[in-house]
Amino acid sequence: MNGHRYAVDVPVGTSLAAVLRDELGLTGTKVACNEGHCGACTVQVDGVPRLSCITLVHTVEGEVTTIEGLRDHPLVESFVRADATQCGFCTPGQIVSAAALVAVSPAPTRDEIRHGMAGNLCRCGTYPKIEEAILHWRD
Amino acid sequence: MADAPQRARGEAQYTADVLLPGMLHAALLRSPHAYARVKKIDVRRALEAPGVHAAVGPEDVEALTDEPGFFGAPVAAIAANTVEQARAALELIDVEWEPLEPLLDPDEAVRRGQLTDEPRRNERGDFERALADADVVVEGEYRTQVVLHNPLETHQSVCRWEGDTLEIYTSTQYIWGIRSRVAKQLGVEPDNVRVVCNYMGGGFGAKNDPGEYTYVAAELARRTGRPVKCALTRREENLAAGNRNATIQRLTVGARSDGTITALGGEFVNAVGWDGWIAPTDGPMQTLYHCENVRTVTYGAKINTAPMKAFRAPGYVEGTFGLECLLDELAARLDVDPLELRRKNYAHSSNERPYSSKNLMECYRRAEPHWERRHELRTRSDSTWKYGAGLASQIWYGGGGPPSYAWTRVGSDGRITVITAMQDIGTGTRTAMAQIAAEELGVPLDRVRVELGDSARGPFASISAGSSTTPSMGPAVRAAAADAKRQIIEIAAQRHHLEERVLDISDGNVVSADGNLSSPLEEIVGLLENAQILGKGARGPNPTGMQVLTFGVQVAEVAVDVETGEVRVLRVAAIHDVGRVINPLGASSQVEGGIIQGIGHTLSEQRLLDPATGTVLTQSLDAYRLPTIADVPEIVCELIDKPDEHLTNLGSKGLGEPPIVPIAAAIANAIRDATGADIHSLPITREEMLRALEAAKQKQRGAPAAV
Ligand code: FES
Ligand code: FES
Repeated sequence: MNGHRYAVDVPVGTSLAAVLRDELGLTGTKVACNEGHCGACTVQVDGVPRLSCITLVHTVEGEVTTIEGLRDHPLVESFVRADATQCGFCTPGQIVSAAALVAVSPAPTRDEIRHGMAGNLCRCGTYPKIEEAILHWRD
Repeated sequence: MADAPQRARGEAQYTADVLLPGMLHAALLRSPHAYARVKKIDVRRALEAPGVHAAVGPEDVEALTDEPGFFGAPVAAIAANTVEQARAALELIDVEWEPLEPLLDPDEAVRRGQLTDEPRRNERGDFERALADADVVVEGEYRTQVVLHNPLETHQSVCRWEGDTLEIYTSTQYIWGIRSRVAKQLGVEPDNVRVVCNYMGGGFGAKNDPGEYTYVAAELARRTGRPVKCALTRREENLAAGNRNATIQRLTVGARSDGTITALGGEFVNAVGWDGWIAPTDGPMQTLYHCENVRTVTYGAKINTAPMKAFRAPGYVEGTFGLECLLDELAARLDVDPLELRRKNYAHSSNERPYSSKNLMECYRRAEPHWERRHELRTRSDSTWKYGAGLASQIWYGGGGPPSYAWTRVGSDGRITVITAMQDIGTGTRTAMAQIAAEELGVPLDRVRVELGDSARGPFASISAGSSTTPSMGPAVRAAAADAKRQIIEIAAQRHHLEERVLDISDGNVVSADGNLSSPLEEIVGLLENAQILGKGARGPNPTGMQVLTFGVQVAEVAVDVETGEVRVLRVAAIHDVGRVINPLGASSQVEGGIIQGIGHTLSEQRLLDPATGTVLTQSLDAYRLPTIADVPEIVCELIDKPDEHLTNLGSKGLGEPPIVPIAAAIANAIRDATGADIHSLPITREEMLRALEAAKQKQRGAPAAV
């Protein structure tokens, strides 16, 4: 995970999100619904976005990337510049999703962004700024 | 934003992230009935379950009840090593319930006199007489639904006792309110309660009070001697963490044929729930237009549903929907332009006290180019998709007020720290406070840090509600910065043998008016070595005898598929008058956020109950439909950036709430422009849209409208 290896001993049935937050202290990954409906807990497994709250840790095979592994990604700076965070509780999940999106599609259109990000809820309604941040992520 | 990098990088510590050594987790037993009596409760079996440390019931904590009045009311709680263990043990609590007949219909509650409070009656002039004399009278019944705040961080607290001092980490909009409420409830000194909230994941009005989760965590922590976290699940959040109550509004307007409004009347039923207060659904009717004869009565129906809480402009969101739709129906009846009708009935002066400032006419003027677009827009209609535009006005509070205090600390390195024990609910408070201090002190923004979020580490600060954070706190910060600046200039004057009045600070340098002196701030303050300059500031009073209000207008453009009932909002132009704008980028974010929440309220969000039992059916974020990025229209935000001359040293009003106020009516009016259908009920689901289209068809044929 994030370029490191960790050994954890948890009961079968433990979610990836719980391991990240409670066992490894990586609280950048947020849990807002714990049932796969909001996207706050998004991480990547081999570059593909996954909802860590409904992913059982024992089923994961591959390299996990969390927001802690993406702190130097240009998207972080572009989110800040665009004011794409209000309360910020959804923001790490948004950035992890967006990073997966721009890895596949480095110059996404507005439609691609709306499609790729529709699973990440933001109750504060920062969506217009998120769209700007992703459109201009390399500027 | 000053703290945006921490949030974006996942470094900001929310209450959800607080992990104290030895911390236990609490889970709450909630009522499975909308109304019931707990005849017997026995926690002994639960106490023996693995990992369980303690249990509390109605006799131990006042916030727990043995007569639950709504589905999901908290009855008992358990603390265990893990949250899974606590939840599993809930199943082992033996409860004997006596289910009672729930009352769920607000009109029926009013008929039975089952009210939360005395009805609120307001009358000026002679409504009946004016109505009898009117050339036209339009009546309508409007309904708004229950919507849920759903902040992404659920309500939660972590409590820890250190001797006789209680530490509370909590997701709150009001650090000092939690401190005094909890102190009072537990019978401890307020100074023995420390409340910490560094970052919080949204509140929108639902996090002003301590809540059962705080009291339960405090009591379980006391009993176990360990820190206890009590965090609501998303489903609990959707049951019992507050809501915008439903309303029924029976409205009447009388006017002369030239469009002058002569009579306004409203009967409002607020479906308050088991507890709560009567939000000002009548407010817009009382205040938005000039009208001499106004009569309103507002009932608070006490029914077996979860208590309402403030939700972003409570009452005014609902009341503006009714009133502004009614006004467009009047405009259609009279065949006058809706914008003209609003100008014609402009309230130049208030019925009570004068306005501290009002630039709504300027908002209307700036709305014109957006409003003009409707002609072109309508031509896009074909047999399936109909296009149209609608507008609605906004009035709301937002002046903030005293008391609030701030300190500024200037170190010998010339760096400035602003300290105040307020919370930031995600509205860019740290940025705005840093900007205000930097401007007043004449230093670059990156020299200023803001420390907040801890009642033990800063002075009293106001609640973050009623769009009051910046207008309440900003003036205190500004005064504290001015106090520090005065002291710095005093030192510079002594050092350089100059008069204080010729000195100023600009761009981080102490400068003299003749230009002979330009000395970096750190050189002047550096003379103090380890000593520091401390500035103190307090929020001054609001202008006496004046009303501080915010105003605005929004123009919405929609497309309606008349075959499926799908409504798409294409564009919203929002023009608001909120006094001086401190942070334009952050302000536009607040406007967008309010509009997007409002679109959810208008089109998709609705808490649904089983009408027979009062069980909540929409508990997950799958069932309860929040707007996503795909639902967002083009949003154009224009702010009338004129400082309110009467308002403190800052001239700023609040902006968190105004943008959500007019959006529902603007969309509904756009729909009627596009299709001719009157919208009387929120949310405008496809089903509701098709019903309204059918009713319009019937009306056209002269048949009685289907209900
Ligand atoms: S927390 Fe995982 S999807 Fe909501
Ligand atoms: S910034 Fe608050 S939920 Fe997205």
